Amino acid sequence: MKVIVNIQLKNGVLDPQGKAVHHALASLKFNEVGDVRIGKQIILDIAETDKKNAQERVQVMCEELLANTVIEDYTIEFPAC
Amino acid sequence: MLVAVAVFPGTNCEIDTKYAFEKLGQEVVLVFHKEEKLPEGTDLVVLPGGFSYGDYLRSAAIAKFSPIMKAVIDFANQGGKVLGICNGFQMLVEARLLPGAMKRNENVHFISQFHHLKVIANDNTFLQKCSVGELLNVPIAHGEGSFYIDEAGLKELYANHQVLLTYTNEKGDLQNPNGSVDSIAGICNKAKNVFGLMPHPERAIEKILGSDDGVKMLEGFLN
Repeated sequence: MKVIVNIQLKNGVLDPQGKAVHHALASLKFNEVGDVRIGKQIILDIAETDKKNAQERVQVMCEELLANTVIEDYTIEFPAC
Repeated sequence: MLVAVAVFPGTNCEIDTKYAFEKLGQEVVLVFHKEEKLPEGTDLVVLPGGFSYGDYLRSAAIAKFSPIMKAVIDFANQGGKVLGICNGFQMLVEARLLPGAMKRNENVHFISQFHHLKVIANDNTFLQKCSVGELLNVPIAHGEGSFYIDEAGLKELYANHQVLLTYTNEKGDLQNPNGSVDSIAGICNKAKNVFGLMPHPERAIEKILGSDDGVKMLEGFLN
C-alpha cells in the first residue's frame, strides 16, 4: 500500500526557503503570489492491507522520525490506486 | 580526563575536536557510531560537527538512532557531561536532550566565518572560565543553525540561565547571522550537564589561526 506523508513547517514558523522562492517569483513578475511555503513529501510503500493499521503505523513513524513536531506538522494521505 | 568523541558517517570535525582536547592535555578516544557503549571512565562526550548521515531528512535526524546515541542519552540522563558542537547541537535537539529545534538559516545560505559571541551565563561547567558579557571570537559554519523555540520555552531557558551565548558584532551588539530566536548561539539543559552550540570552539584554539578564544570555553570541562 502506498502512503504519502506531507510535512510542512507549522504556521507561524518562518519558512526561509519559501520566502526566497516567493521573492524569486515576484522578480519574475508573478505578482499574484501572496505567500509560499515549502514542504517535503515522503512516499512510503508498506506491506499492509488495512488502512487503519497503516495510518496508525505511519503516524508513529512521523512522530519518531519523519517529522520534527517541535517545528513541523504532517498529514498522512492514501492515494487512490 | 577521558573525552569520548562520537563519529558518525559524515562527521568531519572529530579530528579537530580530538586535537583541541589533546592540546589541553586530555585523553581523547574516537568512538564509532556502531559502538553500543562508551569507553569505561568517560568524563565527557563530545558530539562533533559535520553532516551525519548526509543530514538527510533533517540535520541530525537519523544520527539520533545510532547505537552509540542510546549510550550517550543514558550517559546524559545519569548526569554525564555532553557537549554538542554544530551538527552535535542539532543531534541534541533532535534527541530532545536539549529543547527547541534547528531550522534552515534565515538567508538560506551556508555561513562559514568568524563570528563574535557574547557570554550570557557562566554559572555552568562549560563557560565557568568566561565572564558574563565577555565577547568571544569563534568560527561558525552551518546551513541549518537557526535555533527555534516557542515563547514559553524561551522564557524557561532564561529563567534557568540556560541561554549561554548569543551572536553579536565585535562591539557586543546583537547581530543575528542565521535568524535564531533572540540571536541564541548556545544553550544547556536544565540540569546543566548537556551543552549545545552552533559555533566551533575547537577551531579557535590557536592565535595563529585567528583566535584562541575557544580554549577557555573547552577548559571549563577540565577538572
